[in-house]
Amino acid sequence: MQISVRTAPRLSVWAGVLALAAATAQAQTPAPNSHLARNLAATCANCHGTNGNALGEMKSLAGTSAERTIALMTFYKATPQPEGVTIMHQIAKGYTDDQIKLIAGYFAAQQPRK
Amino acid sequence: MQTRLDSELSRRRLLGAGMALGGLTLAGCASTASGPSIGRVVVVGGGFGGATAARYLKMWGGNVDVTLVERNTSFVSCPISNMVLGGHKQMADISRGYGGLKALGVKVVQGDVTAIDAAGKKVRLAGGGELAYDRLIVSPGVDFMVEQVGGLQGALDSGRITHSWKAGPQTVALRKQLEAMPDGGVFAMSIPKVPYRCPPGPYERACMVASYLKTAKPKSKVLVLDGNPEIQSKKALFERAFRDHYSGIIEYRANAELKEVSGLTAKLEFEDVKADVLNVIPPQRAGDLARSAGLITVNNRWAGVDWLTMESTAVKGVHVLGDATFSAPAMPKSGHMANQHAKVAAAAIIQLLKGEPVNDTPVVMNTCYSFVTARDVVHVASVHQYDAKDKTFKTVPGSGGVSAAASQLEGRYALSWADNIWNDMLNA
Repeated sequence: MQISVRTAPRLSVWAGVLALAAATAQAQTPAPNSHLARNLAATCANCHGTNGNALGEMKSLAGTSAERTIALMTFYKATPQPEGVTIMHQIAKGYTDDQIKLIAGYFAAQQPRK
Repeated sequence: MQTRLDSELSRRRLLGAGMALGGLTLAGCASTASGPSIGRVVVVGGGFGGATAARYLKMWGGNVDVTLVERNTSFVSCPISNMVLGGHKQMADISRGYGGLKALGVKVVQGDVTAIDAAGKKVRLAGGGELAYDRLIVSPGVDFMVEQVGGLQGALDSGRITHSWKAGPQTVALRKQLEAMPDGGVFAMSIPKVPYRCPPGPYERACMVASYLKTAKPKSKVLVLDGNPEIQSKKALFERAFRDHYSGIIEYRANAELKEVSGLTAKLEFEDVKADVLNVIPPQRAGDLARSAGLITVNNRWAGVDWLTMESTAVKGVHVLGDATFSAPAMPKSGHMANQHAKVAAAAIIQLLKGEPVNDTPVVMNTCYSFVTARDVVHVASVHQYDAKDKTFKTVPGSGGVSAAASQLEGRYALSWADNIWNDMLNA
């Protein structure tokens, strides 16, 4: 068949078109949870400030490295409430490890207020 | 000239925010984002739910036209208001303006919404204006079922009895009554059966009033008449506070449902209790607007919602937040939770306006601090993950809990919590 003569270049063209179409489709219908990190981090804002910039005694999270937040939350999750500490051991146990990673990444990317 | 100015002003007022919306929205766009608006959202009620929704719609949505309708000129917080009753805080400490939201481009309309036209997608304002919307958020809080307590409506109208369950003039009125009460007097308070706004709030109130009387009028009594069989939140912690700090002052009575008030006498099923100051927290339901708009779907009291979007299960395009909702299991009616509802709604509404799928794994959490003395505080916390199978939020097993004991450290955190949540909702 005529087409077979030009199979190779056609394939590469089609691959490109398909890739483009896939990319376009992705841009048009983003995953349901495209803002998941932002939404999860917002559950912390009541105490830790909007986008992690806290007022007063509460700890600001904006600009904190993801590693530090993950390490702390993982510790809170793994241990019972020690004497004299307050609330984070109880709250951390409500979030999955994946959610903690997303939250930590979001706060690491926020600008600390001067 | 004066007449012309007056008529111009009243014309503008009559045309209402619909006209003003255009101008102010432009100003909002100029300061926040450019490009065409993705839609108009009207938010009714500027409390913990509504104000947070307005702020987050602007912050996350960019070009969303957001109009907040609130009847009061400023926000007065219920959380921390018991500290005002105790004389440990002033009204100014728990009041914030709406200027921070205006600075973000939110159009703030002071007024009352009298009707929702869901088919026509507009709300009517007292005074005749109308506001058109693509999505409507209603955060009406609670209103009282005063008809369930004989004589209560008249007593509240006369000012003889306070509810003080909406912070503001009622907070001031009760504080004045406490200041005027003679030493050796009886302060009696009635707690309705659950569910009501802020489960630990009444017991904190008992502590705060007792903390004032303990030093200012030490021969006085605090009589807690609870319509429930036991303390409804942080039970062991409040029992300990009653015992450690207010022994001989606070007397707690379970299953003491208020049937009727007569003068300053509280009539229970089997006895009458005479008080010098009587504070009645009435039974509650979703706010009046939820009722008139047909949003109430459960027990004639609460508004059912789709927890992924906070959209009413009864009226399309209308989202309901906060205390007015039919709560998910173990979800408290609190300002903190209303703020969390608002963020779920804001994220979902922006996606819906853009024609994009909404977050299908939302999380909300609650933290509630209660003062047991002027400095010592106890907390309760919970985390609620969306359960796709049962289409509701559920608390995570093993998470959440209460303080081991009251502490001054949590007292500092409680005040800082207030500063942070007020700022989170109002940008102020």
